[in-house]
Amino acid sequence: MTKKLKKRLYRILGGLALFVAALILEGVVGEQYPNMVLLAFLAAFFVSGGDVLKKAAMNITKGQVFDENFLMMIATVGAFLVGEYPEGAAVMLFYQVGEWFQAYAVNQSRKSIRELMDIRPDSARVLRGGEAVEVAPEEVRPGELIVVKPGERIPLDGVLEKGETALDTMALTGESLPREAGTGDEVISGSVNISGVIEIRVTKEFGESTVSRILELVENAGSRKSESENFISRFARIYTPAVVILAVLLALLPPLFLGGNWNTWIYRALSFLVVSCPCALVISIPLSFFGGLGGASKSGILIKGSNYLEALSRAEVVVMDKTGTLTKGNFAVSRIVAVSSDERLLELAAYAESGSNHPISLSLQLAYEQRSGKKIDTARITQMEDTAGFGVSAMIDGQRVIAGNLRHMEQNGISCKAAEEIGTVVYVACDGDYLGYLVIADEIKADAAAAVRKLFATGVRDVVMLTGDREETAQAVAREVGISHVYAQLLPGDKVDRMEALMQTRNGDGKLVFVGDGMNDAPVLARSDIGIAMGGLGSDAAIEAADVVIMTDEPSKIAKAIEISRRTLRIVKQNIVFAIGVKILILILAACGMASMWAAVFGDVGVAMIAILNAMRVLKVRGQDG
Amino acid sequence: MTKTYILEDLDCAHCAGKIEAEVAKLEGVSRSVVTLLTQKLVVDIEDGKAGTLTKAVKKIVKKYEPDVTVIEK
Repeated sequence: MTKKLKKRLYRILGGLALFVAALILEGVVGEQYPNMVLLAFLAAFFVSGGDVLKKAAMNITKGQVFDENFLMMIATVGAFLVGEYPEGAAVMLFYQVGEWFQAYAVNQSRKSIRELMDIRPDSARVLRGGEAVEVAPEEVRPGELIVVKPGERIPLDGVLEKGETALDTMALTGESLPREAGTGDEVISGSVNISGVIEIRVTKEFGESTVSRILELVENAGSRKSESENFISRFARIYTPAVVILAVLLALLPPLFLGGNWNTWIYRALSFLVVSCPCALVISIPLSFFGGLGGASKSGILIKGSNYLEALSRAEVVVMDKTGTLTKGNFAVSRIVAVSSDERLLELAAYAESGSNHPISLSLQLAYEQRSGKKIDTARITQMEDTAGFGVSAMIDGQRVIAGNLRHMEQNGISCKAAEEIGTVVYVACDGDYLGYLVIADEIKADAAAAVRKLFATGVRDVVMLTGDREETAQAVAREVGISHVYAQLLPGDKVDRMEALMQTRNGDGKLVFVGDGMNDAPVLARSDIGIAMGGLGSDAAIEAADVVIMTDEPSKIAKAIEISRRTLRIVKQNIVFAIGVKILILILAACGMASMWAAVFGDVGVAMIAILNAMRVLKVRGQDG
Repeated sequence: MTKTYILEDLDCAHCAGKIEAEVAKLEGVSRSVVTLLTQKLVVDIEDGKAGTLTKAVKKIVKKYEPDVTVIEK
């Protein structure tokens, strides 16, 4: 608790004690000594509301009649004047309790979000002149070497130069499984070193490193306000003056024209003033959004503003890029169909292709090394010939191996059947005998199908896949993940056109979400209602271009982001309806003389508290995959 | 240009709203946003007019929330 809050709490407790004493006094000797009772209530009033009165006095000299301190002063002093001493003191006391509680809630949620985003490193241990010196992360320059011990947070982005370890990226990605890192691997600031002592060659200044970028992004997210927040600001501006004017009319008109009792109508008007502050809304709505943004970043989803968080809840069409979003974007051997031996087929294919850097060749070599545990031994290859666009021929262990496409086989006089497969097919023959074929395809991400299913479950109307890839490959991937709406063979410019056409299909205020890997799709990301970039960890381009960044490469996080957004908006709506509803109800009841000033205090303080508690629920994000 | 201030100990939502509205009325200011939860005030202001901004901001903040400290960032 801050000093300021403590001071205010003591004041409230003092006021409360005096108030209780005054109530007892009234009960015991109220009839004999009415003046003593008045004094007791006044004491409680001044102790609890001294600062409000001071601010009110200050503001009124500046002509601010709609200042809530001033209105509260009128309401309470008025209550004393019409002889309602307990109400006068109580309204002030509870108003203070409410204000205190709001400040406390704001502090609490600020703290819990700060803990949530507790990724800022305090210091870096940099090696200078052979010695480890502890400095602020801001002082380390790219090119310097830093040492990070187990249990410490990596302060700056860099490349692991010495040592091997596992890294905990939980705070960045929401991913609980540690990542292995060895020499030469890029490491990212904000992750925690778990097992070994490591040395890192720094590649970026602190201000440019991942941790700074993420913190900046989260901190600034609150300043892009949502429509709900803007609505509340506008509402607040009209609400207070409107209620005050009504209160004045209520105090004057009935006694003047209908012969009403002045005291009765003034009391009713004072009740109006008590509910004239829109505090409940003004505080709980931004709190809900902030909580939603914080909860999302805890799950590894960075949302750049409350406006995007709000828009996500209306997601109607989700357009996904294929490569890098639904698939891993790397080629791998997905199938081996051998006439006799799978191992021999893979070995010869890998050897024959070992001279090439083409992704297909690399994936063959990788598959061989992973399966056999052996490295390519170049001494076994005596001759190699590459026929661009067709395939290769090579002498391996003195045998002539041919690997390539179907035409390459035909040209070398080898007869084999065309394989009906998705992806790239490499046929292999050795000394004139056909050995079989291998299929190389982009791998579909493990959670891609679940991601699409979850999107439909959240109520998204359509999920569309866009890709520059061939029609057959696109269709096959789409079938596998459960998307029926596919546009293939698109050039980068076509993607923008296609998306604009899809935007025409939105109903009402439905939103179009585009999901890409943030590498080559900046124009599409920018053109969509909400651009989501996948795999943002370590990719500056993605963080820059998108409105929402998913730190891991799991597409299932898209549905998660929509869920968080819907939950936040649900709570926001509950609070708007509840707070405005109760206030209007109390205004009506007070005007008819059916609600006392006590009810009005509830309408002000009670409603604010309930709305704040409701808003704080947003912070509780359910389980990682929930 | 954009200037950022930290409003230390700011914890009242309607005061935040008033500070935001009044800073927005200062000469040359095109955007003023107070975020209660990060205790930040972000102001977009015409380049030549930023000189007296800090003083004006401090005055406005003092008027609504005398306990808040304004820190220039």
